[in-house]
Amino acid sequence: MSFESYIPSGPIEQKWDNYKAEQKLVNPANKRKYKVIVVGTGLAGSAAAASLAELGYNVSAFTYHDSPRRAHSIAAQGGINAAKNYQNDGDSVWRLFYDTVKGGDFRAREANVYRLAQVSESIIDQCVAQGVPFAREYGGYLSNRSFGGAQVSRTFYARGQTGQQLLIGAYQALSRQIGLGKVTMHNKNEMMDLIVVNGKARGIVTRDLVTGKIESHIADAVLLCTGGYGNVFYLSTNAMNCNVTAAYRAYKKGAFFGNPCYTQIHPTCIPVSGDYQSKLTLMSESLRNDGRIWVPKTQGEARGAAEIPETERDYYLERKYPSFGNLSPRDIASRAAKEACDDGRGVGPGGKGVYLDFADAINRLGQSTIEERYGNLFEMYERITGENPYKVPMRIYPAVHYTMGGLWVDYELMSTIPGLFVLGEANFSDHGANRLGASALMQGLADGYFVIPYTLANYFAKGGIEKIDTSIKEVRDAQQQSTEKIQSLLSINGKRTPTSFHRELGKIMWDKCGMARNEKGLSEALIEIPALREEFWQNLTVPGSGEQLNQSLEVANRVADFLEFSELMVRDAVERRESAGGHFREEYQTPDGEAKRNDEEFSYVAAWEYKGEGSKPELHKEQLEFENVKLATRSYK
Amino acid sequence: MNLRLHIWRQTGPSDHGMLRAYNVNNVSEHMSFLEMLDVLNEELIEKGEEPVAFDHDCREGICGTCGMVINGRPHGPLSRTTACQLHMRSFKDGDEIYIEPWRATAFPIVRDLVVDRSAFDRVIQRGGFVSVNTGNAQDGNAIPISKIDADVSMDAAACIGCGACVAACPNSSASLFVAAKIGHLVALPQGKAEAATRAMSMVLSMDAEGFGSCTNHYECEAACPKGISADFIAQMNREFMKSVF
Repeated sequence: MSFESYIPSGPIEQKWDNYKAEQKLVNPANKRKYKVIVVGTGLAGSAAAASLAELGYNVSAFTYHDSPRRAHSIAAQGGINAAKNYQNDGDSVWRLFYDTVKGGDFRAREANVYRLAQVSESIIDQCVAQGVPFAREYGGYLSNRSFGGAQVSRTFYARGQTGQQLLIGAYQALSRQIGLGKVTMHNKNEMMDLIVVNGKARGIVTRDLVTGKIESHIADAVLLCTGGYGNVFYLSTNAMNCNVTAAYRAYKKGAFFGNPCYTQIHPTCIPVSGDYQSKLTLMSESLRNDGRIWVPKTQGEARGAAEIPETERDYYLERKYPSFGNLSPRDIASRAAKEACDDGRGVGPGGKGVYLDFADAINRLGQSTIEERYGNLFEMYERITGENPYKVPMRIYPAVHYTMGGLWVDYELMSTIPGLFVLGEANFSDHGANRLGASALMQGLADGYFVIPYTLANYFAKGGIEKIDTSIKEVRDAQQQSTEKIQSLLSINGKRTPTSFHRELGKIMWDKCGMARNEKGLSEALIEIPALREEFWQNLTVPGSGEQLNQSLEVANRVADFLEFSELMVRDAVERRESAGGHFREEYQTPDGEAKRNDEEFSYVAAWEYKGEGSKPELHKEQLEFENVKLATRSYK
Repeated sequence: MNLRLHIWRQTGPSDHGMLRAYNVNNVSEHMSFLEMLDVLNEELIEKGEEPVAFDHDCREGICGTCGMVINGRPHGPLSRTTACQLHMRSFKDGDEIYIEPWRATAFPIVRDLVVDRSAFDRVIQRGGFVSVNTGNAQDGNAIPISKIDADVSMDAAACIGCGACVAACPNSSASLFVAAKIGHLVALPQGKAEAATRAMSMVLSMDAEGFGSCTNHYECEAACPKGISADFIAQMNREFMKSVF
């Protein structure tokens, strides 16, 4: 088991170049002899599968969706960052790097972030070449907007559907390779387990969601591009099917899990409306370019927004953080909203909301400009709430959105299991303790288009991958265990539905390991989660069989992993006795309520190792070295 | 509100299938249509019955996974709205609601409301892309693209691949879906080099998959949750003709 980050030598500007100069390569004629499995076909997975197939590797891609075009990358609205400096406003690779490290509250690995900033420019070029219809100015040049946590305009966008357009671009590149016979696509197939042979990742076990057939697939390397685990909270902005199963089962096979407690709560989501709620809807951060966030100054205000005069409104972000104002980073904006609502000044049903008001922008720019910029978002808001945001301010509240934690990877994006690479949101790599807006799309595509094509070659060229087939014991065992797992879920015959357990788990996590955490709540969660898990295995009911499309079984299989993984998250949150980015421990704050880091003791990546059922996982620490950025208290004032 | 639902139940492709009636009570107007079905499904599971299978994922109207015919209209009564974004305030107490899957030869039923739309993927694989390998690209601003062209391209690219156009068409034609992809790419300089081969091969592939022909009913445009214009179909026909001559 290797636990070494393998950061290349040299000054930070040259590390990636040095790596590429020194890495081993695979001869073009030999590439087709290597088989690569890609799990997940979002931005990272589609980009990787397409790029590797173009290079000549023999690729098999898997998704539980009915088509690779559906992954949740598609829902990203606002945009993608790149250090193009087309606006002549002072941007550079260095500044994007610096903003990302600072935005991540100094808990990310410098070398990875610098590489991300470097390749960001190529991503835009690649996407334009694929025909991604980015927004343009009248002169025909690419348009940019601003985003939280940055003082330059470096965000490229396609209306409010940037994620969709980037994913369609990657999907089309992947489709081309499928059509050419270079990628074998397996839709409606969910990964059940990772196959490890002689310490190397050598394949996966899958379940066909339509026929129920459980199969093993062998390869020379496995890429997990399976997204984040925000749905551990049940309610989140993630799609309904997002889950931790692939990553968690890899963890149980020996891949370390990095910083599981780092979750991002997005400040601008539509508030919860009732118990039946199945998911939360994000309103893009880009709205904060023109919308002003406020709550009434007085507690328990009964008047509607329009009746509250200007002098009785508290534009709290503008007041507390004058230099970034409404574009303060997500963790800070979310906590400020919680603070206002906890203070009894929230608006809407239950007082769980704040206003996002466009009245000033509409007066200044005219309704047509606002419509042009955000029309589809305003429509979506009206559809969900029945209120017209051109007339009354939107009501928003923070919601779980993204997970910075993920499987631990080294500079080459390889996990602690040789041959298992982890890309995109599924890894822990680039965002530290908090991700800045428009950086997830950038990271997913950077990993898929511009990092893995290099680092995978280096792994293959080192050799030592022996020939195996599906008849060996490790493969048969993994397949047998997956089959038994499905059978056990079907045979409990209890009374409660899989979703009811998921909802209950989500409530524990939101209350005790959500926007603010403390030792007491976390300790309670460590008792409540195992109890709920025990009930799950005694009182679950899943109707139907395992031999056909059975959506309750799919949910049960994923909830079973959330019920274990959540405990790891809480454990990590307990151990991190500091506040950093999205991880806010109430015991560690400054007198004015800001997050208080403890660089002396906690400037490390927490990498957890599975130690078997019933045993405590072991914490390993990767010390973070900041050679280029000076550690400072993050200030947006 | 209390509702009576008539839902298409079919255990598999070879089963005949039938409409079955269910009551759902105490439905809140703030629920989405799919959340209303969630409530029904939870009740069914608790009773030991199999829940209604339906496809869904993002529940934000962008992934294109959900799709069902609600009272005869794909995605239901609200225009430019996917089933997941439809909310129960569009219905009233006592309503009877008929819920059926997309019906088209090229979209075989998998189970209940779930259909197999892989034909769409195969059509895209026959030319719905720009043939550019990773790493080939020049600077993103090297070719100016007029805002008008970029906007037209985006109008077409907004397609979510849900299949409502096929379900709405009396001929089960996929013309709007295919035209949207052709329109998206041909509006941009990057997509022009392959315009002829793309149009030819995608149109032939659409026919081979078993989709019908377009006879100008415009039902697709009316059903499209992204409001994609049937004008793109005229453009597709033009591109196809150009590829022949």
